[in-house]
Amino acid sequence: MIYREVGQYKTSYVADSHTFPIIGERRAYYLVLAVAFLVVPVFLTDYWAQSILVPFLIYSIAALGLNILIGYCGQLSLGTGAFMAVGAYAVFKLMTAFPEINLLIHIVLAGVVTAGVGVLFGLPSLRIKGFYLAVATLAAQFFLIWLFTRTPWFFNYSSTGMISAPTRTLFGMPISGPSASATTVYLVCLSFVVVLAWLARNLTRGSIGRQWMAIRDMDIAAEIIGVNPLKAKLTAFAVSSFFVGIAGALMFAVYLGAAEAGEAFGIDKSFLVLFMVIIGGLGSILGAFLGAAFLVVGPVLLKILLVNQLGWPTDLAAHVEIIVIGMLILVFLIAEPHGLTALWRTLKEKLRLWPFPH
Amino acid sequence: MKMTTLAAAMAVTITAAAPALAELHFPSLSYRTGPFAAGGIPFADGYSDYLTLVNERDGGIGGVRIRQSECETAYNTERGVECYQGVRGDSPMVLQPLSTGITYQLIPRTMEDGIPMHTMGYGRTSAVNGEVFNWTFNYPANYWDGASVIINYLLDENGGSLTDKKIVLLYHNSAYGREPIPTLERLAEKHGYNLMTIGVDSPGQEQGNQWLQIRRERPDYVVMWGWGVMNAVAVQEAANIRFPMENFIGVWWSGSENDVRPAGEGAHGYKSLAMHGTGRDYPVYDDMQEYVIDKGLAAGTGDEVGTVLYSRGLYAAMLAVEAAKKAQEIHGTTDITPAMMRDGMENLVITEELMKELGLPNFGPAFEVTCQNHGGTGQAMIQQWDANAGQWNLITDWIMPDRELIMELVMEDSQAYAAENNITPGCLQ
Amino acid sequence: MPDQLLFALEVTLNGLTAGIMYALVALGFVLIFKASGIFNFAQGVMALFAALTLVGFQSGQIPFSHLINAMFGTRLHHFGWNMPTFMAIIATMAVMVLLAFLIERLVLKHLINQEPIILFMATIGLAYFLEGLGDIMWGAEVKRLDVGIPQGMSPMIDDLTFNWFGYGFYLDRLDLWAAGIAAVLVVSLTLFSQYTRQGRALRAVADDHQAALSVGISLRAIWVLTWSIAGFVALVAGIMWGAKSGVQFSLSLIALKALPVLILGGFTSIPGAIVGGLIIGVGEKLFDFFFQSTIGGATENWFAYMLALVFLLFRPQGLFGEKIIERV
Repeated sequence: MIYREVGQYKTSYVADSHTFPIIGERRAYYLVLAVAFLVVPVFLTDYWAQSILVPFLIYSIAALGLNILIGYCGQLSLGTGAFMAVGAYAVFKLMTAFPEINLLIHIVLAGVVTAGVGVLFGLPSLRIKGFYLAVATLAAQFFLIWLFTRTPWFFNYSSTGMISAPTRTLFGMPISGPSASATTVYLVCLSFVVVLAWLARNLTRGSIGRQWMAIRDMDIAAEIIGVNPLKAKLTAFAVSSFFVGIAGALMFAVYLGAAEAGEAFGIDKSFLVLFMVIIGGLGSILGAFLGAAFLVVGPVLLKILLVNQLGWPTDLAAHVEIIVIGMLILVFLIAEPHGLTALWRTLKEKLRLWPFPH
Repeated sequence: MKMTTLAAAMAVTITAAAPALAELHFPSLSYRTGPFAAGGIPFADGYSDYLTLVNERDGGIGGVRIRQSECETAYNTERGVECYQGVRGDSPMVLQPLSTGITYQLIPRTMEDGIPMHTMGYGRTSAVNGEVFNWTFNYPANYWDGASVIINYLLDENGGSLTDKKIVLLYHNSAYGREPIPTLERLAEKHGYNLMTIGVDSPGQEQGNQWLQIRRERPDYVVMWGWGVMNAVAVQEAANIRFPMENFIGVWWSGSENDVRPAGEGAHGYKSLAMHGTGRDYPVYDDMQEYVIDKGLAAGTGDEVGTVLYSRGLYAAMLAVEAAKKAQEIHGTTDITPAMMRDGMENLVITEELMKELGLPNFGPAFEVTCQNHGGTGQAMIQQWDANAGQWNLITDWIMPDRELIMELVMEDSQAYAAENNITPGCLQ
Repeated sequence: MPDQLLFALEVTLNGLTAGIMYALVALGFVLIFKASGIFNFAQGVMALFAALTLVGFQSGQIPFSHLINAMFGTRLHHFGWNMPTFMAIIATMAVMVLLAFLIERLVLKHLINQEPIILFMATIGLAYFLEGLGDIMWGAEVKRLDVGIPQGMSPMIDDLTFNWFGYGFYLDRLDLWAAGIAAVLVVSLTLFSQYTRQGRALRAVADDHQAALSVGISLRAIWVLTWSIAGFVALVAGIMWGAKSGVQFSLSLIALKALPVLILGGFTSIPGAIVGGLIIGVGEKLFDFFFQSTIGGATENWFAYMLALVFLLFRPQGLFGEKIIERV
């Protein structure tokens, strides 16, 4: 019923190029936003915020960023973990060096710093393609982590090599450090997600996004029709790293509160975000969210089900959890090879025609 | 679609969390999966078995039964946060996060929430200063103690002088592995040995170059700060280059059966620090057999009983139970809260008589915890691997660290932390 | 000869043998990529799984004993016998063939003609699955793996070089064995793919799925074959690496050491994997040797990738990769 389109006429170009062209869908979107901002905080428990929603939101940002690079521009990256580390260390240096400036500004600046680093490591993409490009980003991954672990300047010469986030406030409410309440942390992350998702959506629909997609689909052809590959690839790296950097900054400053480069931002993080992007669906904003939900919320729900409800031993539950995640990936793939988004798309098509399938 | 799963799961958690009255909740943040599972399983088993023993044999602590819960962290900081959020509302007596990364996250959070945390032989060393870290305890020993104990042991072996000896530190290239460097450097100034540090990148499966270098340099001793697979490979490589194993000493996280077994015969003679005894030759295991193992209540597969890391879990549980008893005594109630538990930990006194009474004679050192010192005495023993018998043998008595120097380092670091986080040092109450 | 040069020579030799060890892992990737265009993310986990199974058979462990004990309250551990190594290897191989068959049956069959990225994703799922399965089947504790390959310093080389240079070189006998085994593997794989019917069919499939199908080659049989061979290579890699560190979870991370090798050598070339391994092995060891004192150690992880990156800038398809011909 939500997809009844009959009688919806577009009378202007602006109306036609709306993000959600169907009125029902647009209303659903506003409803979700309203629920997320107004209803969820009321019922939010610390457990729900800290173990499910906040990591989900942060990973969504990282997945959005990586999706821009891989899904829209076709450049494979396995350096997400390290770029998140750049964001985290940048925000740490900024927030300890300039404590009087608001943390939110620092987080955005950390994104900018990461964008710079991303462009630097994106340069080889002009020559190397496909799986081979993974090596450039992997070099970034291992080199940056090594650098952060062994250069004391990055962790302010603390004897332990750990960075920890001091308390910073917004409108008098702490948003980082241990005294930050779950609700504020959730709202901060949610705001970032909404703004960045809006940005991603509109960037990918605009001229720059079309250039990225042209490069992705066939770079030589794109070059012939006048897309500058240098500009397109490097902007993709910059924007992607900006998102990833913000995710890293948020993860360190408002979520974890303390981090060590190798442990929190290792290669497994790069793979995790990559899996999110692929499982969610390449080249789709919604896919980033679905992928993050699947790999962040899925294991926690499975754990709650197996350990808390069925009373299994934790190790068995953890092993079964991995097996189930693996099997779900395979089953989804066989059912719908193009990720969760494609599954959603099929469902939507069916809904549009429902209840008359022909 | 998402909202319905959300709602369903919400219902799940609500029904799951129903706190019962008059129970002492001891959560265990274990890691039985992931890259370090081999180290996490025995610890979690030992921790759980001892608590089960106290329940079965004594009917709990002061008559109040212990409720155990386990949460799998997979040595992953984010899952650690999830576990913490899961237990923190359920009045956990004490948290043992078992990972340096998780510890760092929990230090400020537990301070805020008023939950005591015990990081035994890991975590933040400067938590020794209880005036800054009110809620964090790291008795009986920490990394800096460990480094100093090793040097004191070597001093003893060499008739009191290490002048011009060459010592190599082989470390895991992470915050953990770098911990002993400042201590060893200071001690090098004091005792005149040459320190050389060689890093191994995580996970540490390939150490060919590091050991070639050691072979070229011919150091008198190699000290190792390793973890996980790095330990096993290092022991194997040392055996390969025929480095004299008795001159190779690991920290207590590099001294379990897991680290030496893969190298077989070659590991014979390898030494490591021991902050507690090992093996089943303690009277407590008679009770353990009767009340826990024979009844089929043992945690896990039950084949870890008596191993080094099992003993460590058991020791941690024993210290927690003793602290709970102390708390009950101080506050005159058996139904204690986490805050009372903290007082118990801060006033904990472990004597040799007490250890004997518990069926663990000389298993751990005698020490007292005070508000100024959350770190115990820092004593440790040295154990040596006997590959033929397949067991660790203790070869020394308790060795004291150079506490004066360590307290200096502790004060520097903890005061820096206090300044950074606007903490006014002082005791609680 | 000056000492420094001698040391460098020793480091180089050790780099070569280390490179062979990397190449052993990389070979498994190459095989599957060549035959089916799949970048098999699960290769490292397969090595772990194979090694776990081998040790399990050797020591007569009962599979899934932990699960059974938890469900039925039994106390099963071991069958009480030890299988001879050779038998255990055969049995493990049988398990790997069975696994290949199941992978084809349950997964790949449904994904014929899909894009590479989707097949890649399927191997991610497979990696998760195998990781959990290995743990639940055989337990997560560290196990000793010993198939009778000698380990430790080779006294012969030590003596020989001592007589020549006055400084005995160190070479691990295990690494020398690995080099021999790698040579045998490469030669036999090459012979197999060049001169046998199955091998030719395999190359045909690699060239063009549809053309191969149309001349009557069974794609599915070929895939089972490829995955079996990859399983065998994984077993070999698992044995060699497991002998160094014991069999434990980290064994699956050796894939990370193989990645730069793979990229440098090219995804489709068996000799490429070997040569790539040698270059990476020598490069990273020598870099560490010369720059250890100035920039600190533990550089191996990133340097391997940097080295591969520099090579790629000059030859974007890898050293032995097929030339990329782009058509619009």
